[in-house]
Amino acid sequence: MFGLGGGTSSYREIEETDVILLWGSNARDTHPIFFHHVLKGVYNGARLFVIDPRRTSSAQWADVWLGVDVGADIALANAMAREIITAGLADDDFIAHATSNFAAYRESVEPYTLAYAEEVTGVPAAIIRETAHAYAKAERAQICWTLGITEHHNAVDNVLAIISLALLTGHVGRYGSGLNPLRGQNNVQGSGDMGALPDRLPGFQHVENTPLRENFERAWGASIPAKKGWNLTEMFEAMERGDLTALYVLGENPAQSEADQHRAIRLLKGLDILVVQDMLMNATAELADVVLPAAASWCESDGTVTNSERRVQRVRKAMDPPSGVRDDLTILCDVARSLGGDLGAPVAEDLWNELRSLSPFHAGMSYERIERLGGLQWPCYDDSHPGEMYLHGRLWERPVIGPRAPFSPVEYDPPVERLDDQYPLRLTTGRRLDSFNTGVQTASYTSPLRRGETIDLAPEDGQDLGVAEGETVRVCSRRGSVRAPVRFDSSLRPGLAFMTPHFPNEVATNELTIDATDPKSGTAEFKATAIRVEKIEAAIAQD
Amino acid sequence: MPPESEEAALTPTWQFLNPVPRGPLPTAPEEAPQPEVELTIDGQETSVPAGTTLLHAAQRVGIETPTLCYLESLTPVNVCRVCVVELEGSRTLVPACSRKVEPGMQVQTDSPRVRLSRRMVLEFLASSVDVSTAPELQAYMEEYEAEPERYGPPGPATAADERDNAVPGHHAAPAGDAAHTVEQPVKIDNELYIRDYSKCILCYKCVEACGEDAQNTFAIAVAGRGFDARISTEYAVPLPDSACVYCGNCIGVCPTGALMFRSEYDMRATGTWDETAHSETDTICSYCGVGCSLTLHVQDNEIVKVMSPLESDVTKGNLCIKGRFGWQFMQQPKKQAEETQDDAQSLD
Repeated sequence: MFGLGGGTSSYREIEETDVILLWGSNARDTHPIFFHHVLKGVYNGARLFVIDPRRTSSAQWADVWLGVDVGADIALANAMAREIITAGLADDDFIAHATSNFAAYRESVEPYTLAYAEEVTGVPAAIIRETAHAYAKAERAQICWTLGITEHHNAVDNVLAIISLALLTGHVGRYGSGLNPLRGQNNVQGSGDMGALPDRLPGFQHVENTPLRENFERAWGASIPAKKGWNLTEMFEAMERGDLTALYVLGENPAQSEADQHRAIRLLKGLDILVVQDMLMNATAELADVVLPAAASWCESDGTVTNSERRVQRVRKAMDPPSGVRDDLTILCDVARSLGGDLGAPVAEDLWNELRSLSPFHAGMSYERIERLGGLQWPCYDDSHPGEMYLHGRLWERPVIGPRAPFSPVEYDPPVERLDDQYPLRLTTGRRLDSFNTGVQTASYTSPLRRGETIDLAPEDGQDLGVAEGETVRVCSRRGSVRAPVRFDSSLRPGLAFMTPHFPNEVATNELTIDATDPKSGTAEFKATAIRVEKIEAAIAQD
Repeated sequence: MPPESEEAALTPTWQFLNPVPRGPLPTAPEEAPQPEVELTIDGQETSVPAGTTLLHAAQRVGIETPTLCYLESLTPVNVCRVCVVELEGSRTLVPACSRKVEPGMQVQTDSPRVRLSRRMVLEFLASSVDVSTAPELQAYMEEYEAEPERYGPPGPATAADERDNAVPGHHAAPAGDAAHTVEQPVKIDNELYIRDYSKCILCYKCVEACGEDAQNTFAIAVAGRGFDARISTEYAVPLPDSACVYCGNCIGVCPTGALMFRSEYDMRATGTWDETAHSETDTICSYCGVGCSLTLHVQDNEIVKVMSPLESDVTKGNLCIKGRFGWQFMQQPKKQAEETQDDAQSLD
């Protein structure tokens, strides 16, 4: 945000803040050790507000739970903003010297009255008001979010709405105040930082910035395409058009993780060549022409990963991979050689040192320092730099250093799939404590908590449908149908249903989900599908 | 409000194409320095910041104090009494792990009274508890010349669940010819870890780690009083019926091996557990983006145990079920490969 691709704060600041808004995140189950820091904050007196359609295990720790309707987050954020402005709680001084575009933003939130927001979000006006006042009046405040904000067709707009709240109140760039997306995978931050994004070179440097790109071209002795590439969603669109015919997949399982799985598999099957490099034989690898078995990056090879507080930490080889399995680096160098390019035989530290010479943010992070200091947070400009605990302190300098932070007016836009008589229930997806994404890694250990995939319903809905707990039902969306046993979950309100992607071989949840995607980020709307639930005998009768 | 021209300059292109310039170095607010407190430990005069415990003050002058229930990441509960020291003017010995320094304190950490007290604490524990997998405690016993056998041979074991159902006050007077023990069958009720309360010294660390100091799940507590006191789930139900979320943070802090990974327990049972053949490697968990430090204990190229370093700022030694137990997928391909080879050989 504001030109940097990372959360602004450190975990220790969560422990010493006054107000925490956990928005679209069930960190208690999905980021359990981060939630330990949240709980330290709560014991230190912070007020915790959890904004989630479900009354999750995180919400059970909250002072206030805002049970927002799926996809109504912008209406909620804009109403909070309007209330903060109307009540005179905005940080006018900060807005004036560190931000831009406030006038347009103020105008855009004007229609979002508390009464309107209550109607749209399902959250009582008094609760919205209380949350807005608590956030604005706090000396220090944090907003943390996860996929509940980003797995929507308007993901970026959702994030922008949240960021504007921080600009409005000056809750960014100071110790204890900040904006923190919690990353879902151990190196999703690091792989972006290393340039595994369609528009970025390593060090979050834009590929369309010619002087920056030329630095890399000189170092690599090669030319780099001057225009940004496709994100995952755009790649699938390009496959549909026939513009993309060869795909090399490393450490992903798009055959099961993409929304609208039928389409994803059809497009992957239609490629001229599909190469999969992975540590496990996942469903995408089953479709591949070539499978390159790779060592596990976290325990069978050396390197670094970067976490949600921008901390670069060492991963180390603890054991040998099975015979015939090699680490990613060796495989990639061999592939390069067979394509006619000799990259030599570098070890992980050699590549890291090359990165340090090209990325100012990582320049001061030698392996020796990373190991000695228990990791370093970027930016870390030189060998004596301690790394930055929080970002954007520059916004509090007078005059402000660098560009001002812009307000971004965004409008509430409900989920693409509306509910109707045919599909009257809102299905949202998420994760459970003991499982991970498509279950490729977690399926192998025996968890006493695991119950297998279910369709979770509010007990009231179960009663209306005449289904019993444990009864297998048919769940239908406009794209497909699956069978799953029913579980009643009182954390769900009537009208809301819940499933996970953890057991795709038993219940292919993503056959139901919609691939409506956010044009700005390419994220699919996994959080909002319209479904109906049918008793099996009724379904058979219909067939 | 900024002028319009400035607004126009702030197009997204400017924002994202150019690197953000370097700002001031962020710092945490400084904590007010604590006044120094002067005291004497074993005849050495020393000065430490107010709020320091006697344990740490002694450490600063090079004196190590034995501890069992103390851990830097947990709130002191003062139950094991092995860290007691003699404080001039105090009727009783005081626990060094929690007692804060005061001006002019005269402290003896190795007086005959302290040594006798520590020795008796260790003897009481070792006469009633199986300390065979508690190396730290064994070392203290040697240092303090503890002789638990002078309390007589170990008394009979109790039946499964007998101690869980003990009723306060319903005890016959001991005959005095044997040492009362807490020996009982191991509780094995899930695939991930076992509870061997024959080895439990009631240090409370697991209760603290499960409760407010880390996990905040509150699946276990101390039940019963006196010699009946034991660590228990609610109504002594098996773990799968309790609030347990299998983070294993209780195993991480257990000093005696009463709580143990199922993998370690099974290997010990078959005689294949060999700590001399272990390597310990620090790495980062492969799951979510929090970035928890893991210490992988590897034997014969297989992970046998996963811990987290106490000094990690991210974890403070704590993990979740995925980080602690979700590594089986690493072994399976190897096991399968071996089995395939075995099958191939048997076909020959």
